[in-house]
Amino acid sequence: MRHTFRETWSGLRRNASMTVAVIVTMWVSLALFGASLMTMQQVEAMKGQWYDKIEVSVFLCTADNATDGEGGNCESAQGVTDAQRDAIRALLENHPDVQTVYYESKQDAFREFQTTYADNPIKNSLTADQMQDSFRVKLKDPQNYQDVVSAVEGLPGVQAVQDLHTVLDPFFRVLNVLKWGTMGIAAMLLLAGALQIGNSIRMSAYTRRREIAIMRLVGASNLYIMLPFLLEALFAGVVGILLAGASMAALQYFVVDRVKSQLSIQSLGWITGSSTALAIGGVAVVGVILSIIPTVLATRRYLRV
Amino acid sequence: MITFDDVSKLYPRQLRPALSHVSVDIDEGEFVFLVGISGSGKSTFLRLILREYRPTSGTVTIDGKNVGTMRNGRVPRLRRQIGTVFQDFRLLPGKSVYDNVAFALQVLGRPTREIRERVPATLDLVGLGTKGQRLPEELSGGEQQRVAIARAVVNDPKILIADEPTGNLDPATSVGIMKLLDRINRRDTTVIMATHDSTIVDQMRRRVIELDKGLVVRDQRQGAYGNL
Repeated sequence: MRHTFRETWSGLRRNASMTVAVIVTMWVSLALFGASLMTMQQVEAMKGQWYDKIEVSVFLCTADNATDGEGGNCESAQGVTDAQRDAIRALLENHPDVQTVYYESKQDAFREFQTTYADNPIKNSLTADQMQDSFRVKLKDPQNYQDVVSAVEGLPGVQAVQDLHTVLDPFFRVLNVLKWGTMGIAAMLLLAGALQIGNSIRMSAYTRRREIAIMRLVGASNLYIMLPFLLEALFAGVVGILLAGASMAALQYFVVDRVKSQLSIQSLGWITGSSTALAIGGVAVVGVILSIIPTVLATRRYLRV
Repeated sequence: MITFDDVSKLYPRQLRPALSHVSVDIDEGEFVFLVGISGSGKSTFLRLILREYRPTSGTVTIDGKNVGTMRNGRVPRLRRQIGTVFQDFRLLPGKSVYDNVAFALQVLGRPTREIRERVPATLDLVGLGTKGQRLPEELSGGEQQRVAIARAVVNDPKILIADEPTGNLDPATSVGIMKLLDRINRRDTTVIMATHDSTIVDQMRRRVIELDKGLVVRDQRQGAYGNL
């Protein structure tokens, strides 16, 4: 065993500049990979939080909105009738995907508006009559919104149906592009890192080819012969993992936690330390695998019996 | 100990087999010369014993085990029973004589105490007891070959394979090496030596197997290099 460690150490020292290059590549690529894992979890956290609250809002016709040219199913210059309102309510309450239905009248909406913008001059710019009656619908499964939307959309007296998906989906699409973008760049960098490990191990094996030939001749086991190279690759890999892990922890500590406390958008879901720890774990697994596989491939040639 | 049963070896992209229907029995403790011109199949013969190649047909058996069908994972164990010496010594430059010999035991994971006992004893056996701390490049060719022999036998192999061990040495030095191989043979190690050196073969009067174009053309107890 002492011999193995000595060989590993001499290999690392002989290839010092190469080792540094491998460590830096592994560091950057793993950190980027980790960041994309964190983004993924961030998206999930936000989705979970928002989609849980999601309500489908069914806005009803008012006397003036039909003339604005955004009529929906409104007849011109006519508000929703009581019969229409009851029909809509009945349909919503009997729909299998609906959990609860809450009716928000013009007055309710106005009050809500005034409390939301209490400190804002806009508060006094509208009157209760300019607000709209609406049904607020809570769904059993927030992902299953389309059925309810299409069922209610065509009813007379409905001016517009709005669900949070139409608002949030573009935002999540951007996050998704971001996630897959970093993932793609990370994948390419990881490939480069793996190839670099393979190359440096191949060089290392070449400089030790005489020793390897003699080890094979006297009957050293393949594992024994490969061990110094595996340790050499793992050393670079593990240092890269540690640096990447530290970078990710720093990202969580200095950026996410700080933004969370300062921006007071507490209503947003943010990833926590434990999800970052999970991402670091993923990075560690990938890092170790990407150190071992190229080493096995690079030394195979020297170990062929 | 070593049995070749109708062994042929054909290398890829070659028309003529390197060995053709070779059947040979080598007993434990024998000293065998393998003679023949370059390309007659001597090296192939030795490499089949080491399982560097598998025979194309026929079987090579060592100690009752079929070497050709042996799993790759078993090959290291086979090679631990076989010491090998080459014409070009193949010592590790930059490692002392002692370390070169100890290397063969270290890479088998042998305990340090055993290494400290065996290496000096083996260096004494090959007559280099006082030169352990020298570097190979400071030694003469004959001494370097003695280091290589020490490395080959330090693990007490049952078989010693020597591929032209005197090929790079002058006649006087060669005699010393042959005496050493003889001494090792007397310790019940089977020695198989491929050589061109007719003087040595004639002097030693041991079994001679002559190969020509892959065929065994002569297998003679107490033979000489040429047909007498």
